[in-house]
Amino acid sequence: MSVDTVKQPNWFSRLAHPGQFLNWTRHVVWPLAGATVVAFVVGLWFAFLNSPEDYQMGDMVRVMYVHVPNAWLSQAVYGVMFCAALGTLVWRHPLADVANKAAAPLGAVFTTLALYTGALWGRPTWGTFWEWDGRMTSTLVLLLIYLGIIALWRAFDDQLKAGRIVAIVTLVGALNIPIIKFSVDWWNTLHQPASVFTAEGPRMPASILTPLLAMMLAFTLLFALLQIVRMRTEILRRRADSLSRQAALQGGAK
Amino acid sequence: MKAFQALISRDLKLAFRAGGEAMTLVLFFIMVGVIVPIAIGPDRPQLTRLAPGIVWIAAFLSMLLGLDRLFRSDDEDGSLVLLRHSVLPLEAVVAAKVIAHWLVTALPLLFATPVLALLLSMSWEQWGRTVLALLIGTPALVSFGALGAAVTVGLRRGGLIAPVLILPLCIPIMIFGVGMLDPMAGGGATLFLIALSLVVTAFSPLAAALALRAAGE
Amino acid sequence: MTLASTVVGSLGMAAMNLPQRAPRALVPTHVTARGLTVTRGGERLLFRDLSFEVPPGSVLLLRGPNGVGKSTLLMALAGIVRPDTGTIEGIARDGVHIVNYQSGLKPRLTVAENLEFWRAVNGPSGLPVAAALEQVGIGKLAELEAGYLSSGQLRRLALGRLLVSVRPVWLLDEPSAALDAAGETLLALLIDAHRAAGGLAIIATHHDLLLGDEATIETLLLGEAA
Repeated sequence: MSVDTVKQPNWFSRLAHPGQFLNWTRHVVWPLAGATVVAFVVGLWFAFLNSPEDYQMGDMVRVMYVHVPNAWLSQAVYGVMFCAALGTLVWRHPLADVANKAAAPLGAVFTTLALYTGALWGRPTWGTFWEWDGRMTSTLVLLLIYLGIIALWRAFDDQLKAGRIVAIVTLVGALNIPIIKFSVDWWNTLHQPASVFTAEGPRMPASILTPLLAMMLAFTLLFALLQIVRMRTEILRRRADSLSRQAALQGGAK
Repeated sequence: MKAFQALISRDLKLAFRAGGEAMTLVLFFIMVGVIVPIAIGPDRPQLTRLAPGIVWIAAFLSMLLGLDRLFRSDDEDGSLVLLRHSVLPLEAVVAAKVIAHWLVTALPLLFATPVLALLLSMSWEQWGRTVLALLIGTPALVSFGALGAAVTVGLRRGGLIAPVLILPLCIPIMIFGVGMLDPMAGGGATLFLIALSLVVTAFSPLAAALALRAAGE
Repeated sequence: MTLASTVVGSLGMAAMNLPQRAPRALVPTHVTARGLTVTRGGERLLFRDLSFEVPPGSVLLLRGPNGVGKSTLLMALAGIVRPDTGTIEGIARDGVHIVNYQSGLKPRLTVAENLEFWRAVNGPSGLPVAAALEQVGIGKLAELEAGYLSSGQLRRLALGRLLVSVRPVWLLDEPSAALDAAGETLLALLIDAHRAAGGLAIIATHHDLLLGDEATIETLLLGEAA
């Protein structure tokens, strides 16, 4: 009848403890930063010096090497947030809401870069910087979702309570993103017959693949680095908050 | 069931005795229909073409205005805590409040659409289809609104954030709602809107109840 | 003191026509809390490993200085606040009444409408609204909008909520606030009648509530030894 409230922690739970997280990530940050720099050097060299021009767009096609990784990351980061949200709601994992909070601004930045580079890439073809193309519109809506989530984090005083509520919003957003994409594509076929980007994106020959993959790797490592750094910062910030509060409690009368 | 009805009728009573809040939303709805032609010029063919979109924008903005009151009063006087101990599960409580809220905010808008139809030079058929689209789509808008209100209940600045949160979610509803007037794709849009509205209305009370519980902790 | 309060209590019960036998639906329950640990705001520890039992017919008084966590403990028992560890048994979600500083009453509804609402929403297992209003002494105000009531009258109306739906567990947070002497007598009578019917009450209070049957009243002092 009684509930055993002290469970033996498995390796995952031990890893999840914020203190342990700080410990093992301390050794990871600088090597990861180094790897990121190397990946960017390699990727950029390939992108700018070792890949062909596009017959139509000339050098501008190189924007794609920045645009595609950012576009991919803008969605992948939301995937990370989705998993973190599940971690908060289903398992009450202590690091999950820290991960969610850390990822949101990163996702917003990558999405903004994707939009910016997408606009640069599209301009030679469209003649304008912005076109209500299906993909650009969906990406813009994704940015709005990210910004809303960031605003929600900042609206709460109690960050622990915020964690669960933002997790719910993240999950609801995740369920709706496919619906939004579908409706925007439908809307687009209604209003515009042609689109710059086909379903798979512009066709890419093999010689472009290497620099593209290199840049994908570079940006992904960048995300991993920034995510870990932000999570560490958040944990330390919460500790500082906690110490301040305890000092206030002990320092004076009730 | 009687408890469910009691919740709806209490919320309706409160709305009517609160002194014309519903009327304010209708007024706002009409005012958007006044401001847009003033801003974009009274070119009648252009207005007719844009009219369904303008009506949907007006309805959406009016709904955003009203959504903060969904849970705030009950949260402030402790009713929300007591309602969590009623015979109904919290999800049913939310569903009852959504129904009452739709009756108080969306239904009056539907009755006010003829005014907008006049101002925006809509044809009878356009107006009819728009009313039908609003009838199908506003329950989903209100349901998302309830989710936004539940997520921000108890936040001091919550009233500003809730619209920002739910706007992306409401985009498909607006797209299909306006799309119902398209001569070729209208049928498909109608089906999509019905399906979307049903799913959203059925599931948002679950998410909203989850958020209310998390907020209470 | 005990004899006097018993005599007064019996006279009072007779005068108010309170039922001398168990109301229709009260199913007695035994509340057990084990190992409760609650922190607020992430790390402010309110109490650690708290355990207690409240058998049917008894009262648990929560005492302690302001801010020690009495209200939070009641909210944890109510299932609103989630304890970090520990279990609570015997309190069903729809088997508990709460009375605290928030009234749950709408000023624009009449007194009767407020009580009708709670009776419908909590289950009409207790007294009809008119009888409940009579018992808490505001029968004449039934058609008045609740916004016109004084705070003492509002508290009596809130107590009426406890009469229209029968539930075994009462969680009361400073229930005698805003009540005058007659109101405090009423409160004590209501609680004693509830206990006689097999119900139990957990009450956070600074006051002396003049309850009868002191043998089944326990006190939990929070703050020092938690």
